[in-house]
Amino acid sequence: MKEVTEIVVISGKGGTGKTSLTSSFAVLGGSSMVVADCDVDAADMHLLLNPTILHEEDFYSGKTAVIETEGCVHCFKCKNVCRFDAIHVINGDFVVDELNCEGCSYCYHICPTHTIKIPDALSGKFFISKSRLDNTLVHARLKIAADNSGKLVTKVRDEAKRVAAETGKKVILVDGPPGIGCPVVASLTGTDFAVIVTEPTVSGLHDLQRVAELVAKMKIPAGVIINKSDLNLEMSGKIKNAAKELNLALIAELPYDEVFTKAITQGKTIVEYDHGNIEKKIKNSWKKIMELSIKEQ
Amino acid sequence: MIEIAIASGKGGTGKTTLSVNLASLLASQEAFDKIIICDLDVEEPNSGLFLNGDLIHKEVKYRMVPQWDEERCTLCKRCANICEFNAIAFLGISVLVFPELCHSCYACSELCPEDALPMVEHRMGELKHYKVSDKLEFIESRLDIGVEQAVPLIASSREYARNIATENTLLIYDAPPGTSCPVIEAVKNTKKTILITEPTPFGLHDLTLAVETMQEMKQPFGVVLNRSGENDNKVDEYCNTNNIEMIGKIPFMRDAAVAYSNGKLMIDSIPEIKNAITTIANNLLKEAAL
Repeated sequence: MKEVTEIVVISGKGGTGKTSLTSSFAVLGGSSMVVADCDVDAADMHLLLNPTILHEEDFYSGKTAVIETEGCVHCFKCKNVCRFDAIHVINGDFVVDELNCEGCSYCYHICPTHTIKIPDALSGKFFISKSRLDNTLVHARLKIAADNSGKLVTKVRDEAKRVAAETGKKVILVDGPPGIGCPVVASLTGTDFAVIVTEPTVSGLHDLQRVAELVAKMKIPAGVIINKSDLNLEMSGKIKNAAKELNLALIAELPYDEVFTKAITQGKTIVEYDHGNIEKKIKNSWKKIMELSIKEQ
Repeated sequence: MIEIAIASGKGGTGKTTLSVNLASLLASQEAFDKIIICDLDVEEPNSGLFLNGDLIHKEVKYRMVPQWDEERCTLCKRCANICEFNAIAFLGISVLVFPELCHSCYACSELCPEDALPMVEHRMGELKHYKVSDKLEFIESRLDIGVEQAVPLIASSREYARNIATENTLLIYDAPPGTSCPVIEAVKNTKKTILITEPTPFGLHDLTLAVETMQEMKQPFGVVLNRSGENDNKVDEYCNTNNIEMIGKIPFMRDAAVAYSNGKLMIDSIPEIKNAITTIANNLLKEAAL
């Protein structure tokens, strides 16, 4: 068995209850786990876990070109080679549009007068914190309109692994981003188990199929939680069938319940707010996730 | 042609719901000759689940990546030294190109002294174009599973949409969630971006991130509050304090959630939602811009 088990919660479709559930799992795991919020461009976990920041660091990734006015001979070479429409001529000066600049450095290499510099770009910050539930929380904030969310995700996971190794924690719980693109791939790479949170809607089913295909391609064992399952029982049935076909374990079906919204509105996790049926189901889900992720190793 | 985008920081707040219902409503009115919905959430495109149309065109979308020409290469390593994305590696006497890391900047290819890295097509996904009714068309782009970069497909889909638009066309972009590069590519230079949110702490927090992104981009925007009800006050207060236009509110109704779950348009069966979408459409049209 591996020393640390890394479990990632994803969803394909956004807004299915990923973060609500992950923060409940964080409560159940308590001080035995490190929690990593990898939804770096819309990180919400800190709103419920109320962390005290212990360490804060700038994260540089990639480059952004800067053209110095002095020395520029207006040869247009940089503008002509740029594939990203990132160089504009404004009042006769050549200026880099930071939002468009991809950081490829082609302009830097082609400039005959060496007037273009390519400093490292600040793409965000990451934090190592102690949550109010005594977990270590590694979280981040992507700089507004910055690139490289995938790299920041990898950084957050690396830090979580480092902290886990240093403090002897056995479990890392990752709150992943929606979608199937680079931040999702960065969240999944090399993890032990993926929990896919879905909902019984046409979009939930469609997006589950795509994210399940990605997980299969990356050879990561996975299971499904159907949230709001009684919203549409027929669609829930279809999702259960799809899960079976896609070789995904069915972890739980959670009924539609207003406690999800009520808990969050009070800044609490669901298992702290509710002490009935939903709390029991979430506890069972977590138990099952732990069993499945250890069995799969 | 007018381009608007529907975006949100948080996922699942109603981008697709608003896109398809707003487009269908406007297609029944006179303001535009043609409405085109372009689903730019290429990682998880959902608009098509709510629209029935006839497929009129499809095309595979490619971007360009370098391919190693062993014959020409002198192993000078200039390409690997230039590449900022670690997309080129030397392994003994061979060169490896990693297309998923490549950003298609052409630097290695064009700066190679031996022309040993010609650019070739690399598949990233597929675009489909549907006709829903005389006035309503729909474009869906779908990233292939395992392709990591959404931005080039988004850019190329917008280009396709603009090319088929007539003078009096409204283009509605259904953007991906979040605040990072795919969102920026989907909303930049639109006439207006609608940020849709919900009255929860997560909804409000991610709205503030989306607002900061719009401000950084100098992108005109307004807010629509979905699942509106008794908890609206914090979002209302935030918008008031920051002088952000509230374009409209869509009430919280379980019937609406059920209609959505079945892939049904809400304006067809739920009068309260139709009223809300009508108000949003009127507020958008009221501005001289639209």
